[in-house]
Amino acid sequence: MPGGRITLDGIGHSYAGPGASEKDYALHPMHHVWEQGVSYALLGPSGCGKTTLLNIISGLVTPSEGRLFFGDRDVTYLPTEKRNIAQVFQFPVIYDTMTVAQNLAFPLKNRGMPADRIKIRVGEVAELLGLTGDLARRARGLTADAKQKISLGRGLVREDVSAVLFDEPLTVIDPGLKWELRSKLRQVHRALDLLMIYVTHDQVEALTFADRVVVMKDGRVLQIGTPVELFERPEHTFVGYFIGSPGMNLLAAEVKGDHARIGGQEIKLAADYASLPSNVPIQIGIRPDHAMLAPDGKGVRVRVERIDDLGRTRLARVTVDGQNLIATVPPDLAVPSGEAGVILDPRRIHVYANDRRVEGAVR
Amino acid sequence: MNNKVLNNRAWFFVLPVLLIVLFSALLPLMTVINYSVQDTIGPNAFFWNGAGWFRDVLDPTTPIGANFAGALKRNLVFSAIILVIEVPLGIAISLCMPRKGWKVGPTLVVVALPLLIPYNVVGTIWQVFARNDIGLFGYAINALGIDYNYSLGPTSAWITVIIMDVWHWTSLVVLLCFAGLKAIPDAFYQAARIDGASRWSIFVNIELPKLRRVLVIAILLRFMASFMIYTEPFVLTGGGPGNATTFISIDLVNMALGQLLLGQSAALSLIYELIILAICWIFYTAVTHFEQREWTRE
Amino acid sequence: MEDGALGRFVPPSCGRCLGVGAREEGFRLELRLEDVSYQVGEDVHIADASAQLDAGSMNVLLGPTLAGKTTLLRLMAGLDKPTSGRILLDGQDVTGVPVRKRSVAMVYQQFVNYPTLSVYENIASPLRVAGVARDEAERRVQEAARLLGLTPMLRRTPLELSGGQQQRVAIARALVKQADLVLLDEPLANLDYKLREELRAELPRLFSATGSILVYATTEPSEALLLGGRTLTLWEGRISQIGPTADVYRRPVSLAAARVFSDPPLNELSVSKVGTVLHAFDRTMPLPAPLAGLADGTYRVGFRAEDLRIGDAPSDRLIGFAGKVTVTELTGSESFVHIDVGPENWVSVLRGVHDLEPGAPVEVAIDPARIFVFDGTEKLAAGPSLKKAA
Repeated sequence: MPGGRITLDGIGHSYAGPGASEKDYALHPMHHVWEQGVSYALLGPSGCGKTTLLNIISGLVTPSEGRLFFGDRDVTYLPTEKRNIAQVFQFPVIYDTMTVAQNLAFPLKNRGMPADRIKIRVGEVAELLGLTGDLARRARGLTADAKQKISLGRGLVREDVSAVLFDEPLTVIDPGLKWELRSKLRQVHRALDLLMIYVTHDQVEALTFADRVVVMKDGRVLQIGTPVELFERPEHTFVGYFIGSPGMNLLAAEVKGDHARIGGQEIKLAADYASLPSNVPIQIGIRPDHAMLAPDGKGVRVRVERIDDLGRTRLARVTVDGQNLIATVPPDLAVPSGEAGVILDPRRIHVYANDRRVEGAVR
Repeated sequence: MNNKVLNNRAWFFVLPVLLIVLFSALLPLMTVINYSVQDTIGPNAFFWNGAGWFRDVLDPTTPIGANFAGALKRNLVFSAIILVIEVPLGIAISLCMPRKGWKVGPTLVVVALPLLIPYNVVGTIWQVFARNDIGLFGYAINALGIDYNYSLGPTSAWITVIIMDVWHWTSLVVLLCFAGLKAIPDAFYQAARIDGASRWSIFVNIELPKLRRVLVIAILLRFMASFMIYTEPFVLTGGGPGNATTFISIDLVNMALGQLLLGQSAALSLIYELIILAICWIFYTAVTHFEQREWTRE
Repeated sequence: MEDGALGRFVPPSCGRCLGVGAREEGFRLELRLEDVSYQVGEDVHIADASAQLDAGSMNVLLGPTLAGKTTLLRLMAGLDKPTSGRILLDGQDVTGVPVRKRSVAMVYQQFVNYPTLSVYENIASPLRVAGVARDEAERRVQEAARLLGLTPMLRRTPLELSGGQQQRVAIARALVKQADLVLLDEPLANLDYKLREELRAELPRLFSATGSILVYATTEPSEALLLGGRTLTLWEGRISQIGPTADVYRRPVSLAAARVFSDPPLNELSVSKVGTVLHAFDRTMPLPAPLAGLADGTYRVGFRAEDLRIGDAPSDRLIGFAGKVTVTELTGSESFVHIDVGPENWVSVLRGVHDLEPGAPVEVAIDPARIFVFDGTEKLAAGPSLKKAA
């Protein structure tokens, strides 16, 4: 029975054992169902619990609470080798004594696949990863790049696994090759209809690889969504900050009805926020992509601190009422120095109360 | 070179070491070389003998040459047996040791214990332990109906010397391998489990390749030490019964201090030294050459 | 080299590193490499590197893994001695002068700190070695700690800190030293993406006050662009280009420099010019303007992902090709569309969300004003002028 979904039924983990206090949890109890054929990325900073969650799924860590299902099978207490998964690690794991082909064939051979089918499958995977020319070579003399390709290949060679897990697999790869491997992984995912789980701190990797991105912080899942959802409607200020490069601008503001006020300047909003909770910090959030620098006199009045030329875009670091804001510089704009304006697209402005997004009433 | 001035200052710091080496190694060595090419007809009356002593030692028809040939054969056989037993045994024991948790410390102490015992004490322990009248080991073996007596039977003597060395030195191989195994990242074991590898397959494809460098060192160390073995058999059997456990070093000491054949023993010790150097050099070159060829195979 | 030169050599920094930090009036520090090569046996690690780095400048050393970045840094630091060529600091030959006699600070990819010393002592260690007075050291350490946000953890040991904080300690140590030369070898590579983003924005500011020569090695083009300053592209042990970062990006002088400085990777195609027509992918088209002045022959054309347009109305000004989408990657902010055109795999980056279906046919277009044309020796034969682009 290939594939199937993965169910996290109240999965949580504390290193302090049962009866642990709130602080002891590396992973707070959670309930999620991850579907077959979908690729997920677990994204978050160091210590957010993403690796713990991956280790629970791969069987290296037994959760202190909850149960884990692959399809209908309870695998909570099954050892790794009985879980029918494949995994690619951060650093290349290769078998020094074997050739590239033998490395790729190893998981299949161990499971008694006939030699002729192994040969075909190894050929396919090698072709996909651009390893065909190296198949007969000894693996140990290869570069780190090539070794990691072999590790990826071993992770992808079995077609009957429940899930393929990736633990920051592109860490040792050069930027140029990263592009190639990422798009290859995506193609593989389309072709194989497997459940894939990819752990990373790199939002570009997460967004470009996965169908669904799971943003985590301090042992909690803050939001699960498609890359576009996370970019356009971050439910939590941390998601806004963590997704996007640079992240979302967050400005402390007073919000009344369909207007926000920052230091005496009024900003128009697209919806009405009549019933905001009081006594909690209120922020408005807007992506640098949707804040456009303009000559002085248009939009919100700001002070230009610095312009960063990033090649294909230019970003202006400005301040408004002492708060930092990053805005995009339109291609044809002569860069103003000192005072300038920033035009904020009202439909792209979100309002956050106590770090949670508040849905406004659209009139 | 354009920075000679700066580099020369470094010599200043090396000088004391050079002096110590000079006095502790070079001067005695010169004495040995001096003796090896001279003969004597009385106290302090030396004359040039050329390569005469070397010819005697290397010629098995002379009494000295015959002794040397026999001892050399015994040495080579002994070292071979020691390596064949201690290296695999050391690997096996290191594989069985715990690598995490509180058990690591106590296990290491127990394993390392034999290494801390002085050579002559080891010899003495076994000398008593293996006696068939009052020694537990010897008595027990004889009680089983096996004829065992290391002071009378050459086979018994050999077995005792080998067991003694294995008991004393396998720990060194174990410790080296243990360090090598500890250095293997966990990811390799996890990957192997996920790939469905058997225990044997993990050993052959992950552990053994990663232990290669450590094993080269272990083999070199064990070869050199076993080839130079002296104290334990000297204490246990004194080289007997007959010549059964007379290794080169014992032969050498007998000759130099027992019979005061200074020239002959000087020549012999130089040859002995050269044999050890040559074997180590050949082994090391072969291993590094093999590694190089593998890395540069493009 | 003549002994005299070395005898005369006094590290120009010694006086200053004991001082308050501000450079003397009118003092201009510069590091010059003259045909520096480094060879181990038959392997050439660095070949004929020449460069001049000025005081207070940010110099990005951009190249892929194994391009020789670390080797070049080690040569600059004096950790290795070049096989040939000279290294001059302020006109003085320092080629063979060992690292401890030079005023150099280095930050590595791995977090290197003294594990048993407190964060405070870690930061203060170069000042202790230099014999800086206690209250002066105290002042400088506190200042560096403040700049790097380490003030609350000065009493802890490095191993109690997170990776980002550990690297901040290493950076603070380089900062207090106020060395003539500060070498950063992929200092942010082991940090989380977001942390990297933050520290990257801070680094040039932190060091700008010290007047040090900064050299920052990285594999990532985006990092070079963010750091600004000047960029040296390094490819297979050779410096392929040196110049202001934006200029190197906009006008790479060789295929190697263009490839190193492109993320997504450079889109390329081979063309041949015959008289007034151009052959590309079995197609013949009128000669685009940039190639007009060139001799007949085959060329390699390169252009960046942001210059590969999708969905623009065909016009005389643009060169159009028909392709097939293989994969689309969305980040929300940008969309990366991978397209197969003939035997080439190209990437187009579009702003916003454009989710093109894999397998779908697609019309793409390039503005000839934005292409780089490389000749048979992979040198730039024609490309956009800098003025126009800026």
